Amino acid sequence: MDLVAKLGRQGINFTIHLGSSLLFLGSALKGAAASFSRSRLIIEQLYAVGVLTMLITVVSGLFVGMVLGLQGYYQLVNFSAESNLGLIVALSLVRELGPVLSALLFAGRAGSALTAEIGLMKATEQLAAMEMMAIDPIKRIIGPRFVAGIISLPILAALFSAIGILGGYLVGHGQFGIDSGVYWHSMQSGVDLVKDVLNGVIKSIVFGFIVVWIALYEGYNSPPTSEGISRATTRTVVWSSLTVLSSDYLLTALMFGE
Amino acid sequence: MGSNKAIEIWVGIFMLAGIAALAMLAVQVTDAGIGTRDTYRIEARFENVGGLAQNAPIMIGGVRVGRVAGIRIDPEEYIPVVSMDIDSQYDELPDDTGASILTSGLLGAQFVGLSPGSSDFYLEEGDEMEFTQSAVQLETLIGQFLYGQDNE
Repeated sequence: MDLVAKLGRQGINFTIHLGSSLLFLGSALKGAAASFSRSRLIIEQLYAVGVLTMLITVVSGLFVGMVLGLQGYYQLVNFSAESNLGLIVALSLVRELGPVLSALLFAGRAGSALTAEIGLMKATEQLAAMEMMAIDPIKRIIGPRFVAGIISLPILAALFSAIGILGGYLVGHGQFGIDSGVYWHSMQSGVDLVKDVLNGVIKSIVFGFIVVWIALYEGYNSPPTSEGISRATTRTVVWSSLTVLSSDYLLTALMFGE
Repeated sequence: MGSNKAIEIWVGIFMLAGIAALAMLAVQVTDAGIGTRDTYRIEARFENVGGLAQNAPIMIGGVRVGRVAGIRIDPEEYIPVVSMDIDSQYDELPDDTGASILTSGLLGAQFVGLSPGSSDFYLEEGDEMEFTQSAVQLETLIGQFLYGQDNE
């Protein structure tokens, strides 16, 4: 009987979380719309969320591109089709790895920081103090972070892809001597602006939305204890990663299925 | 105020880097090109275009001089007509230039190779090439090879 009750309790808790996160999303969107009138707050958050994540994104992108170049070459050379290396590197980066990996890095670097920051604000009653002074914490704290997150991730994903393609070029041209014209040309003849690049950008916008939503919700609803904050931070990373990867499957099926 | 300025500059750099990356993806990777390049269009009839696709490159001796603009079927003769956009910097192609459909590598993409002739007249917008050679199909070659062995 206890087991059944436990299952029921978890089901109820899950539904409550789902509902309150949706309600939170509604008010966060209102806060985001209101925060456009105070662009200074958004710029500060763009720095915290975007600029500080740029380095890890660029370095990861470079290495991912170089690994793609290596692995792609090792396989393609068996079919003497190494002239298609550029196409493989570019398509896998622009369609999948760019948006997904930068979203995972973003969740780990920026999402966890957002959750911890807001959780601590709540634990030290800064949010309550703001309400006392008739400042809406949703507008002041949540809104700008929401906007900054959605703007940042597409930029980071584009950087990731671009640097990765250069990394693949570095390996393909520098190490294996694939002609630079062949590398770029196979890419240019195979990558489509709308179908591949634009869909990649749309993906990263969706992922940015998902990651900041989860990060801000977890922070805003974390229990005001040190343990609560640490758990909320973990949950942010775990849930963002899971949601990004599963929604990536759905988005890919929608976008690239004929 | 100083640190605020620094933050603004960093955010500016961040945005610029993002725009640059997007621009690179759009232009360098997809060859969407800035505006349309200056080209002129010529046509050629092939018995068989094989796996030639739109946007496939047109090469002279391995150098890209244009791209395939489209492939259609002549409604009367049922022969494929390939229209090609040649960059106008190569506007002095003799009008007896031959076109053949070639494959880069064993499994590579197909492209149109031009072999310039020696005529004194040049191909112009809308002209049709006379000398063409169809795509070589591996299956046909293998078939010929097998039957050739039988006859011996």
